[in-house]
Amino acid sequence: MRNDHSPTPPSADTALEATGKFNVVAHDVPKVDGEGLVLGRPAYADDLAPSNALYVKLVRSPHAFARILSIDPVKALALPGVACVLTWKDCPRIPITRAGQGNPEPSPHDRFILDEYVRYVGDEVAVVAAESEAIAEKAAALVKVEYQVLKPVLDFEEALDNPVVIHPEPGIHEMFPIGFEPARNIAAAYRMEIGDVEKELAASPVRVETTIHTQAQQHVALEPHTAFSYIDLHGRLVIVTSTQNPWHTRRLLGLAFQMPLHRIRIVKPRIGGGFGGKQHIHVEPYVAMVTMKTGRPARLALTRREVFEATFTRHEMRVTVRLGANPDGMLRAIDMQVLSNTGAYGEHALTTFMVAGSKTLPLYNKAVAVRFGGHVVYTNKVSAGAFRGYGAIQGLTGLEAAMDELAHRLGVDPVELRRKNMLHEGETSEVFRIMGEGTEGIAMNIESCKLEECIARGKELIGWDPGHLVREVAPGKLRAKGMAIAMQGSGIPLIDMGSARIEFQDGGFFKLHVGATDLGTGSDTILAQIAAEELGVDMEDIVVHSSDTDHTPFDVGAYASSTTYVSGSAVLKAARSLKAKLIGAVADKFGVAPGDVIYKDKTFRTADGTQSLSLDDFSYDTLYHDGAKMKTIEVTESFTGDKSPPPYLAAFVEIELDVETGKVDVVHYVAVADVGTPINPNLAKIQIEGGLLQGIGLALYEDVRYSDTGHMLSHTMMTYPIPSREDVGRITVELVDSYEPSGPFGAKSAGEIGIDTPPSAIANAIRNAVGIRLTEYPFTPERVLAALKAAKAQ
Amino acid sequence: MNITLHINGKEQPVECRAGEMLTDVLRRSGYAEVKRGCDTGNCGACTVLVDGAPVLSCSYLAVRADGREITTIQGLAEEAKKFAEFLTAEGADQCGFCAPGFALTVLSMKEELSDPDEAEIRHYLAGNLCRCSGYEGQIRAIKKYLEAKHAQ
Repeated sequence: MRNDHSPTPPSADTALEATGKFNVVAHDVPKVDGEGLVLGRPAYADDLAPSNALYVKLVRSPHAFARILSIDPVKALALPGVACVLTWKDCPRIPITRAGQGNPEPSPHDRFILDEYVRYVGDEVAVVAAESEAIAEKAAALVKVEYQVLKPVLDFEEALDNPVVIHPEPGIHEMFPIGFEPARNIAAAYRMEIGDVEKELAASPVRVETTIHTQAQQHVALEPHTAFSYIDLHGRLVIVTSTQNPWHTRRLLGLAFQMPLHRIRIVKPRIGGGFGGKQHIHVEPYVAMVTMKTGRPARLALTRREVFEATFTRHEMRVTVRLGANPDGMLRAIDMQVLSNTGAYGEHALTTFMVAGSKTLPLYNKAVAVRFGGHVVYTNKVSAGAFRGYGAIQGLTGLEAAMDELAHRLGVDPVELRRKNMLHEGETSEVFRIMGEGTEGIAMNIESCKLEECIARGKELIGWDPGHLVREVAPGKLRAKGMAIAMQGSGIPLIDMGSARIEFQDGGFFKLHVGATDLGTGSDTILAQIAAEELGVDMEDIVVHSSDTDHTPFDVGAYASSTTYVSGSAVLKAARSLKAKLIGAVADKFGVAPGDVIYKDKTFRTADGTQSLSLDDFSYDTLYHDGAKMKTIEVTESFTGDKSPPPYLAAFVEIELDVETGKVDVVHYVAVADVGTPINPNLAKIQIEGGLLQGIGLALYEDVRYSDTGHMLSHTMMTYPIPSREDVGRITVELVDSYEPSGPFGAKSAGEIGIDTPPSAIANAIRNAVGIRLTEYPFTPERVLAALKAAKAQ
Repeated sequence: MNITLHINGKEQPVECRAGEMLTDVLRRSGYAEVKRGCDTGNCGACTVLVDGAPVLSCSYLAVRADGREITTIQGLAEEAKKFAEFLTAEGADQCGFCAPGFALTVLSMKEELSDPDEAEIRHYLAGNLCRCSGYEGQIRAIKKYLEAKHAQ
């Protein structure tokens, strides 16, 4: 850890404007589940599994690419306590995707729950269930599998048109055109062009080009993927699982097992982090198979090694950006070409790749010509999937490197170059209209963008002086600063939908049922805050229940920075409607028009002051006392955005680079964000702080390493280091006043924006420190030292 | 084999296999607050106190604990509730999976170090990883909690 002794202006402790405007929203309400989680009350799937459940273990492929010739379960089945061994022959031959996305999914259906082929080390081969974990483990080792080992494709640069075809099997297909060409190892492809990029580049007096390679990254949510299943009283299949999207899970399992959806119930209990890693079906199909086969409850908690080797990573990408500009720094052309590695299956292949452009290119909306294109290719590595940042972080890393190179070329302050070219409130970008997530986009005017304010405050906090971005603090120790800006989105417009149901209860409190899934972010809390604010009650008057396909209304799930904006808007609509219903019912009771009823301080009064009734008393009246007029007062509302207002963030970092060892430390990371009204400023800040540290991990430490046979070398938390609390100096996060007119109480999203900038800002700081543009992530001491030596040799 | 654990002040005979780790025995015996996070002694989610000292129960053979005093966060529930107030006040509880082990280490630090500065706090807790919070909110919470303790 590095201590920072540079003077810093005091934190802006002046409360946000929004805090003064609201009673519950924009206040730091503690998370509703916090105390119970700290005390370790049973809450996660593995805590809740029935004690008579069979333990499930998976037999996994030891080969990167192979065909299964035979599976002999005899020895395993002979072991006392073994209930079943299931193989691809026990699965319907239905191609699916494991990606929880819209319907139809932009991901190709190129995967079978179990298949005759295995396509990475760790791919599922067979499912074993036994009375104890020890027996299941032993039995899994006794399943004899004969493989025909095939030559794998491991380098994504060699995948396109490789003679080795990773998906030669018939029957797999895309759900709509996504450029799927399995014969060429292409999972998806896309291109778009606004104006004539080549012409603009040719005519640009100043041009730069950078190619950046960002690595795969592991989510490392502390809770491994876990599920248990059972058959309920009515013969239905119930799965309790650590999922980010219960409804997608139900739909995908229904397809995979050819079951009507009314036969399945999915419940999400508390889950121990997701970050996109639980936006897929990884464990649910296997417990379901065992329960359906045996009629017994079944449980499966992956080991950490399985999470590393056989769930999903971030997509590795190679991003080439070419910029053309005038001598004054005005951008004329941006060309971004991307090669993305989806691994063995195409989950989120097209969409993460498109987001590399769609959530970065609008940042610089002054360019007259913009082009984006490339391919997403298959390799025999573990699949890539959704991961916080979802392509934006990769695209931004390319774009912000190129912007800083342009600033160096022009000899201008990189901050000023960005200010000149960036998006401002009231403006738009053609990219919004053209690029959606797998489909066309939605045109959108930016109604809230406080990037200027974020930049100004960030400069102040870090002490930005463009003439002095590097200094030697001790022999061989350089302190340098760098910066980057970012945008994200708030849900997927006209695709993501969330719903909320609120029901008035005796005792005068409200049940809030939402399909939204709290991954630990605090979404149950902020959704309750929204309801409490609108209903004029306290937090304890809202009891939240979320994420149960039987008992809560539909929601696509927690991803794409959607919960606050999409699910939050549904809650606000529901609370508004319910308030109108309550007032209507009380007006009827008072014998006056609804407009003559005033609701304040949990009490209804007639405008003339002659009648009054408390919320508490009315709750008993409507449920117990009012005879023929008795009724449950409840409402369900849904919301889908017709836009996806981006949050913004300006980041400034000071690093210390040791030229002797090549070690780079983050001394101070400053991030100032516009998330609209933060429904809960503390929780919004923590979202950003946590995202920043994951981004710093990607920049400096985290790498998914393989042997030359495709075996993962970084499959423990010893060999895959995530940042500890001693690794990073200081992180300062501030939020600026902002109000998004289309969001609930002015809110946008906060979940992903934090992760986007660190790889860029740190790379730019290293460039400012030693004049070298590092292009291979992560920036380990070995890589930095090698670059320094190479530069010296030139 | 049969061993006797003293868990949160209660004597509990349990059956375990020779190579079984304490985490698994505790979870199987109903102590869900002991979490299985990494299996390799890296993340700290499985932290319990053995005879008062924090250990990583995923790397501690259950048989070693035979006859010893084991404390989970539930055994220090009153103090844990107080710390939880500070943690939740900062919004730093997040997904909560690391929280019982982390909180136990904080309570242990409070006993062991009289007036730790930030670097000492970070060092003492370095073995308790959190992927959600970025640690800053946890540090704010710990400092305020320790300040409140000192004021008492």
